[in-house]
Amino acid sequence: MKLLKSVVMSSMLVAASFSASAKTEVINGAGASFPHPIYAKWAEEYQKETGIRINYQAIGSGGGIRQITAKTVDFGASDAPMDIKELNKEEMIQFPMVMGAIVPVINVPGIESGELKLTGEILADIYMGKIKKWNDERITALNPGIEIPEQAIYVVHRSDGSGTTYNFTDYLSQVSPEWKEKIGRNTDITWPKEATTIGGNGNAGVANFVGRTRGAIGYVEYAYAKQNDLTYTQLDSAEGKFLQPSMETFQAAAANADWKNAPGFELLLNNQPGADSWPMTAATFILMHKDQVNAEKAEQIIDFFEWSYEKGDELAADLDYIPMPETVVNMVENVWKEDLTSNGQTIIE
Amino acid sequence: MLLTSMPRAMKGDSIFYRLSFTSAILIFLVLIGIILSLIDGGWQALSEFGPGFVFRNIWDPVNSEFGAASAIYGTLVSSLIAIVIAIPVGLGTAIFLAELAPDWISRPISMAIELLAAVPSIIYGMWGLFVFAPWFSEGFQFWALENLVGLPLIGPWFDGPPIGIGLLTAGIILSFMILPIITALTRDALKTIPNVVREAAYGVGATPYEVITRVLLPSIKNAAVGAGILGLGRALGETMAVAFVIGGANRIETSLFMPASSISSTIAQQFNEATNEMHISSLISLGLVLFVLTFIVMGIARLLLRKR
Repeated sequence: MKLLKSVVMSSMLVAASFSASAKTEVINGAGASFPHPIYAKWAEEYQKETGIRINYQAIGSGGGIRQITAKTVDFGASDAPMDIKELNKEEMIQFPMVMGAIVPVINVPGIESGELKLTGEILADIYMGKIKKWNDERITALNPGIEIPEQAIYVVHRSDGSGTTYNFTDYLSQVSPEWKEKIGRNTDITWPKEATTIGGNGNAGVANFVGRTRGAIGYVEYAYAKQNDLTYTQLDSAEGKFLQPSMETFQAAAANADWKNAPGFELLLNNQPGADSWPMTAATFILMHKDQVNAEKAEQIIDFFEWSYEKGDELAADLDYIPMPETVVNMVENVWKEDLTSNGQTIIE
Repeated sequence: MLLTSMPRAMKGDSIFYRLSFTSAILIFLVLIGIILSLIDGGWQALSEFGPGFVFRNIWDPVNSEFGAASAIYGTLVSSLIAIVIAIPVGLGTAIFLAELAPDWISRPISMAIELLAAVPSIIYGMWGLFVFAPWFSEGFQFWALENLVGLPLIGPWFDGPPIGIGLLTAGIILSFMILPIITALTRDALKTIPNVVREAAYGVGATPYEVITRVLLPSIKNAAVGAGILGLGRALGETMAVAFVIGGANRIETSLFMPASSISSTIAQQFNEATNEMHISSLISLGLVLFVLTFIVMGIARLLLRKR
C-alpha cells in the first residue's frame, strides 16, 4: 500500500511538473545585436512575472531576417527595416520595438564633451576625406571661441557589418547628396579612400580607437559614448538648430517621425522634422509571419511585446534606449489585430 | 598454435584495414561535401561575376558589386609576414630549447610555449588590439614614418597612418599565433634524434654549430617543413585575431600600415548583418576562394620545399 501510494504521489508530481512546463513554453527570437541588452533584460523581468521564457539570440540583423524567413524562430529582429515589397512577398509583419541614438564621438585635445558643433554636411565631408584637418575653415567658422588644434583627422568606422553603420550612412546620405550618390547606405559600405580610415570591431572597437587615437572621429550608440566617457559633439537638427545628444532630443525625434505614412513601418528615423529632433536616431524592428501555426503561442509572443511597450519603458531608459511613443504603439497594436491570423482567424482581439 | 592463431590475426588485419580505409574515404567525402555546399551557396555571385570574381578589386555592398582581390591580397600578405617572422624565430627557439639550453631553462619555456599554443585566437585578437596596437603605434610606427619612409623600395610600405592596426600588425599577431606550433613541432622532432648521432658528430670533431646545421637540421627537414606548413595553414585561415587588428578595409594598398582585410575576417565580420542575397552569396564564394587558395598555397609550399 505504501509503495502504491508513493507511486501515485510521484506520478502526480511528474504530471504536475509536465503541465507546468507546458505553460512555460519557450519563445525563440533571433536577430540584431544592437537591441540585445534590452531584449535580454525584458525577457528576464517578464519571466519573473509570468514564467514564460523568451530566448533571444543576437546573431545580427541579416541572420534575424534569414531565420524568420526560414521559420526557424518565432520572431526575427532587424535594425534595418525590410522593404514593404519583400515583407508582403514573405507574408510577414514588421513593427518597431525600441529606439536608439547614434552620436559622433571625437578625440581632439582640449575639446570637451558637447562643446564642438558639427553639421551633418561637415560630418559627411569628413568621412569623405574632403575635410582633413580639425582646424579646417568650415569647422572653425562654426565654432568661434573654441581653440581647435591643427590636427589630422582619422575617421573611425565599424569594420563589421552593422545596423549602426546602416543608420549612420543613411543619415549621411540624407544630408549630403554627394554621399548618397557616391557611397550610399548599407550595413557595410566601401569607405571613401580619400579619408584616413580606421575600422574598429563592434561599438567597443570604435570606442577604443576613438578613445586612444588623437584626431579621431567615430560614431557609436549613445550608450557606448556615455559609458566610455567619450567626447561627443553637437549636431544640427533638420531645421538647423544645434542640439546636444540627450534623451529629450532623442524622444523629440521619435515623436516627430511620420510613422503614419510608412507602410509596414518601413521608416528610418534619421533627420526627422522638428527643431529639437536629434538627427541620428534609429528604431529596431521585430518581424513575424502573418499566418501563425500555433495561435496560443502567437498570443504569448504578442503578450510579451505588449508588456515590453507598457512596462518595459523604464528598463529601456535605464539602458539608454528610447521607448516607442504611445501613438506608434497604438498603430502597432492595430497591425497585430488586423494582420496576425491562424487558420484564417484573427488572433488578437 | 601458430596455425590456429593466424586466421584471427588476419581477420584483425582486414577489419583494421577496412576501418582505416573508411575513415580516409569519409574525410574525402566530407571535403567534397564542403566544396559542393560552398559552390551551391555562392552560386549566385559566381555566376554573376564569373571566374573574374577572384581578380575584381571591388567590394561594394551598397551597389552589390563584389570581388575577392583585396581580401585575397590581405590574406596572402598577412600570412607571408607571419611566416617570414615565425619560421626563423620558431626554428631558433626550437634549436635553443632542444640543443643548447640547460634543463632548468628549457622546461619552463617549453611549457610556456605549449600554453601559448592553447590560447584561443580571440584572446590574441584582443591582446593585439588593446595592448600590442597602442605600443606598436608609439614604439615603431612613428619611428618608421620618420626614418623608413624615405628609403627606396621598402619606403612606401611604411607610409601610412600610425594607428597601430593594419596589415603589418595583423601579420605580426599571426606570427605570434603560429610560433608555438612551429617551435613545439620542431623541438619535438629534434628531441627524437638519438643521442648517438650527436655523439658521433662531436666525436669526429664537429663544433656545436656544425652539428646543428649539418647533422641535426637536415635530418629533421621534413618535420620542420611540416611545422611550417601547419603554421601557414593556421595563418591563412585565422579569423578572429585578424578581424580585431586588420582594420576591415576592402582595398589593396602598398602601405603595410593601412587597414586591410583578409578573406576569413571579411566573412566573419560581414556575414551576420548581410541582408542582401548577393552579399551573402559573395561571402560564401569568398569561403570557396579561401578553400581553393589554401589548397594552392599548401601545394606550392610542399613543392618548393620538396625540391631542396
